[in-house]
Amino acid sequence: MALQSRRDVFQAIADPTRREIINLIAFNPLNLNSIAENFDVSRPAISQHIKILTECGLIVIKKQGRERYCEASLQQLGEVSNWIEQYRKLWQAKFNALDDLLEELKAKNKKP
Amino acid sequence: MASNNQTEIIAEPGKQELFIKREFEAPRELVFRAFTDAEMLVKWLGPCNMKMRIDKHEAQAGGSYRYVHIDPQGNEYGFHGVSHEMLVPERLIRTFEFDGLPESGHVVLETARFEALPNERTRVIIQSVFQSVADRDGMVQAGMEYGVKESHQMLDEFLAKQLVN
Repeated sequence: MALQSRRDVFQAIADPTRREIINLIAFNPLNLNSIAENFDVSRPAISQHIKILTECGLIVIKKQGRERYCEASLQQLGEVSNWIEQYRKLWQAKFNALDDLLEELKAKNKKP
Repeated sequence: MASNNQTEIIAEPGKQELFIKREFEAPRELVFRAFTDAEMLVKWLGPCNMKMRIDKHEAQAGGSYRYVHIDPQGNEYGFHGVSHEMLVPERLIRTFEFDGLPESGHVVLETARFEALPNERTRVIIQSVFQSVADRDGMVQAGMEYGVKESHQMLDEFLAKQLVN
């Protein structure tokens, strides 16, 4: 379950339209029509994007009267947007492996 | 033994570039070779829990490359690009494109600079220029889906907590 959810979050934000939707509603909840007005793609397509974002918890839909508003779930986004530190760890792990390789090569070069 | 040298990432908000900086306890020629020799690359460039396969590797200007990372489940994550310059042992310039994105054309221009430091040490600075800010933020996040065990664990833990609450 957790594995599936994790994949969904990253796939959700890998799509440029979905990232724009999140940016659009990050500080200002909007209904579906208002969101769709900002894009050239069809309303059903936007609706589908919102469905995916809702399913992985990146946005929540709240009813106000007859209107349904999409709101960004910033707590979830905060975890994901900590990407610089995660990216740093990724490279640190690779470079640590490179350190080991360089030590090996230096040792080889010293041998006659 | 890994050194205590720290990796630094500089990614200012709203910019379409990022820098990766790291120093190494080895002379510049050797570090440069580890970045350009296929046999050496497979030993360190793949994320820790994955195998790395090199389909094509032409480091010289005009050549192209394609690398594939394979996770324990056998899923493949490929990326490819074209070498623009190989100035031994100072500079590498190439393009980079991640194959796993929903659409093609999101290309990154990468420049790796190798600076010789006193005492046979080397500083490497990699600059990646993306086509847009959204590309930078989104591609790094998408790329990390397979790249960082720690982030997966962190996110798994976070999601597990969400399920409990």
